[in-house]
Amino acid sequence: MADFKLPANSRVTTGKTHGAPANVSAPGKIRQFRIYRYDPDSGANPRIDTYAVDTGRCGPMVLDALIKIKNETDPSLTFRRSCREGICGSCAMNIDGVNTLACTQAIADIRGDVKIYPLPHMPVVKDLVPDLTNFYAQYASIKPWLQTRTPPPPDRERLQSKEDQELINSPSACILCACCSTSCPSYWWNSDRYLGPAALLAAYRWLVDTRDEATGSRLDDLEDPFRLYRCHTIMNCTNACPKDLNPARAIAATKRMLAERRL
Amino acid sequence: MSLKSPLGRVLGLGSAGTGTEHWIGQRISAVAMVPLTLWFAVSLVTLPALDFYSVTAWVSAPLHAVLLILLVVALVYHSSLGTQVVAEDYLHAHGLRVVVLTVLRLLHVGLAVAGIFAVFLIATRAPL
Repeated sequence: MADFKLPANSRVTTGKTHGAPANVSAPGKIRQFRIYRYDPDSGANPRIDTYAVDTGRCGPMVLDALIKIKNETDPSLTFRRSCREGICGSCAMNIDGVNTLACTQAIADIRGDVKIYPLPHMPVVKDLVPDLTNFYAQYASIKPWLQTRTPPPPDRERLQSKEDQELINSPSACILCACCSTSCPSYWWNSDRYLGPAALLAAYRWLVDTRDEATGSRLDDLEDPFRLYRCHTIMNCTNACPKDLNPARAIAATKRMLAERRL
Repeated sequence: MSLKSPLGRVLGLGSAGTGTEHWIGQRISAVAMVPLTLWFAVSLVTLPALDFYSVTAWVSAPLHAVLLILLVVALVYHSSLGTQVVAEDYLHAHGLRVVVLTVLRLLHVGLAVAGIFAVFLIATRAPL
């Protein structure tokens, strides 16, 4: 059955509060950051720690505040980050109830306390770091590479028209941050068998690639009540995508291709 | 504990190769129900009276009986597909899922037979 309650060792408790510094840059610049903390080594339940951050002495984005907290207040705070400009996908987390990238989410756009959790319904490694092993394996399972039978021309690359390229422009801009898949209720309940929007968007990127010659076998691999058809067009994926991509439309187009080859 | 690789776990037993008929069937039955339920609702509202005699007389008209049977088929088929999805979504114990899916399927076959038989019975009995 579906679980309606968190297991006893996953229930979130109230943690420490780290107060504001004495010399505030300007009145009203203090923002409270309420952050999910979990340390597997301590054996304790996850907790919410509160950090007061002087946004007058901090960069504009949520990631800037996280780095400031880690540097100045609490070095044990753990999160992934790399490019700080929305292209690596490392700092995906649930901020103010929405999955997004901490590096492109402005603190000023959030009302009230800034609540930060790891991506929903994933095993947590520590604090804001989810275990994405299954997510990456699902990406690998769709064979995200060019498959052809025609050998490449001996003297040049495989050609594409401008229109051909436009088909894959948007889906190939996916950075695999997992914001979409972890926002999908269907993925929450069935991520062991449902591939999820990110992997299905990647699959679609190869389905519509005019250089690829494995469209049929790619569709064969997707044609499954769980792998593809667990998508119930909830469209949280498209809502969540920090790159403004549209996995929901890609999944719908994939279903249409499967219907098209039968009708 | 299993040391099977993450990719091995995701690939699992492979693709079932089904689901498309389910998806198409759900849409066709939904489209079919739009005119059928509209016709059914409008017909009931515009009946001169809702007593036993006027309703059974209305059902007895061959066109009405045929459309009613079509409505029963579309409705039960759509419900069967829909409840199947609910069970697949929320029941994770494999044994329980198989049992519930089987019961649901049999229940819907029973509903369809009962509905069609009821319309048939009313339509074929001698007018009072």
